[in-house]
Amino acid sequence: MTLDADEQPATAAAGVGGVRPRGGTVAVSVFGLTKRYGDIEAVRGIDFEIPAGETFGFLGPNGAGKSTTIKILCTLAKPTSGSAQVAGHDVVAERDAVRRNIGLVFQETTLDGYLTAEQNLRFHADLYAVPKAEVAPRIKQVLDMVGLWDRRDSLVSTYSGGMQRRLEIARGLLHAPYVLFLDEPTVGLDPQTRSSIWTYINELKSREDITIFLTTHYMDEAEHCDRIAIIDHGKIVAIDTPEALKASVGKDRVQIQTADDGAAIDELAAKFGLRAGVHEGAVTFSVNSGEQFVPRLFAELSVPIRSVSVSRPSLDDVFMSYTGTTIRDAEASGTDAMRQIVAAWRGRR
Amino acid sequence: MTVATQATRTAGVSSVAEAASTAEKIRVAVPERGLRTDVRAVSIVWRRELIRFRSDRLRAITSLIQPVLFLFVLGTGLSTLVGRGMPPGVDFKTFIFPGVVAMSVLFTAIFSAGSIVWDREFGFLREMLVAPVRRSTIVIGKCLGGATIATLQGIVMLALSGLAHVPYSPGLIITLVGELLLLSFTLTAFGVMMAARIKQFQAFMALTQMLVMPLFFLSGALYPLNGLPAWLTVLTRIDPLTYVVGPMRHAVFSHLSLGPVALRRLSPSITWAGWPVPLWLSLGIVAAMGLALMGVAIAEFTRTE
Repeated sequence: MTLDADEQPATAAAGVGGVRPRGGTVAVSVFGLTKRYGDIEAVRGIDFEIPAGETFGFLGPNGAGKSTTIKILCTLAKPTSGSAQVAGHDVVAERDAVRRNIGLVFQETTLDGYLTAEQNLRFHADLYAVPKAEVAPRIKQVLDMVGLWDRRDSLVSTYSGGMQRRLEIARGLLHAPYVLFLDEPTVGLDPQTRSSIWTYINELKSREDITIFLTTHYMDEAEHCDRIAIIDHGKIVAIDTPEALKASVGKDRVQIQTADDGAAIDELAAKFGLRAGVHEGAVTFSVNSGEQFVPRLFAELSVPIRSVSVSRPSLDDVFMSYTGTTIRDAEASGTDAMRQIVAAWRGRR
Repeated sequence: MTVATQATRTAGVSSVAEAASTAEKIRVAVPERGLRTDVRAVSIVWRRELIRFRSDRLRAITSLIQPVLFLFVLGTGLSTLVGRGMPPGVDFKTFIFPGVVAMSVLFTAIFSAGSIVWDREFGFLREMLVAPVRRSTIVIGKCLGGATIATLQGIVMLALSGLAHVPYSPGLIITLVGELLLLSFTLTAFGVMMAARIKQFQAFMALTQMLVMPLFFLSGALYPLNGLPAWLTVLTRIDPLTYVVGPMRHAVFSHLSLGPVALRRLSPSITWAGWPVPLWLSLGIVAAMGLALMGVAIAEFTRTE
């Protein structure tokens, strides 16, 4: 299923349509999807498939087209062209069927602060027509899953930001959806809360038989996904497992602390043909398959080694290599694009 | 893209659809939409209004202040002045009582419709709009919810009947509650229709405040509707509140032992160019307006995507 690590970025993107689903079932499929807001093309023809059970991440800066895509998949916006199916239903023609099969967690909170957690969930259960006998046990189940059962009778307005997000995830799961959409599930939360949210999401992956589609602009969060698509300026520039994407970027980074850095650098050049330099107080060089190289290094290097660290290329490196910019720089210009979209949208009304 | 790849893709789509729909058949826990699921959706939207009203006692109390001021402060104060114009044994407070009760309903109904704007600002509206239910169920639930809590508010005012020398007769109370329910429903529908267009809570409150007072003053809540200058006669006949205040006052005065002359002076029929509008038509107008306004609100919410 994974693309050949040695393939160039352009080929990797072109290969999207050819990715075969695992196990033969597909939760989400998107073909030639575009979305225009006036003169702005927010999504410029994307294709991908998400096999059932996968956690799939859309990674990109703000304004890259992530939220627009998620809105189309959730039937909240209509595509300008192309088509998309969620749980086997067309997002335009079978809107209600799609809605019954998806759970949604938006960037902004959509809870009623004047109701208790349990009342919020009951509201959702009735709106989604969860069979009455299943409502109470299911509420307990999802609240337990996010660790909020003890706080079920508290007004949601007394919850912290992280608790509210957890409650929204629980609510998104209440009607046992086929696909759970998480639009920036940790945006606006502090790092500790972000990691606790991920603990819950990983927990839910192991407990529920569910496909998760999430968007994020945090590189470290994309690592939790089975596969990620990097989206930039409305196009998917790369799609694969995080490992394969990182491998496609290139070599591992090895840093060693030695007794004599100068001698070590010379020896690395002479014996292995590697160009090394001193970065962050350590002899640093790049090499294919770093872990396999380290034993050779110990065997053949005469300079004593005090410590070794091998690091894989980060998704930051991946993003950089596919888009030619860092996500933070892209964010700055992406915000401008977003403003244009908002302005165009307002002008239309 | 070449023709060949396009063909392959299309083939891919149908096989994908088949595969996914077989998986979906096993998984679906949420039933198809039908009358029962619609009723359940209406009912939960309605219940949410009640839960929120119950937990917001402050609002219930504060929205009583204005009607109570009108009834007892304005009513008592003005009765020294207008007392001579009243038939013997009839208090001015009794005269304005139906109008003031209608007023208490007016504020609550429109304010409760405003919660839609509030829900929009705080995101909860989205939770309702993305659900696999007809938009009409949400609008109907809101209208019924607003109508219920506004009527409850009106019932609290009705409890003060005795202080305005209005008898506690079961027949009268049932009639008044029914009329209040009708009025509340129409006003909430009006508020919901406005809330579909107005996106900011401040703007909603400003606009409705601007409308509430003219509605109240033109309804004949504070004065009888006969012998008015032509311009005012026309305006009072346009005000929908008129068509509830009139029947309510009729109900109150027909439970007092008054002579026909006094009754005609204090509670005259609403007339259109001299033609007295029957009570059923009067209330029918209000009901029709309520349904029409709700229809517009449903259309507006269905259109918004």
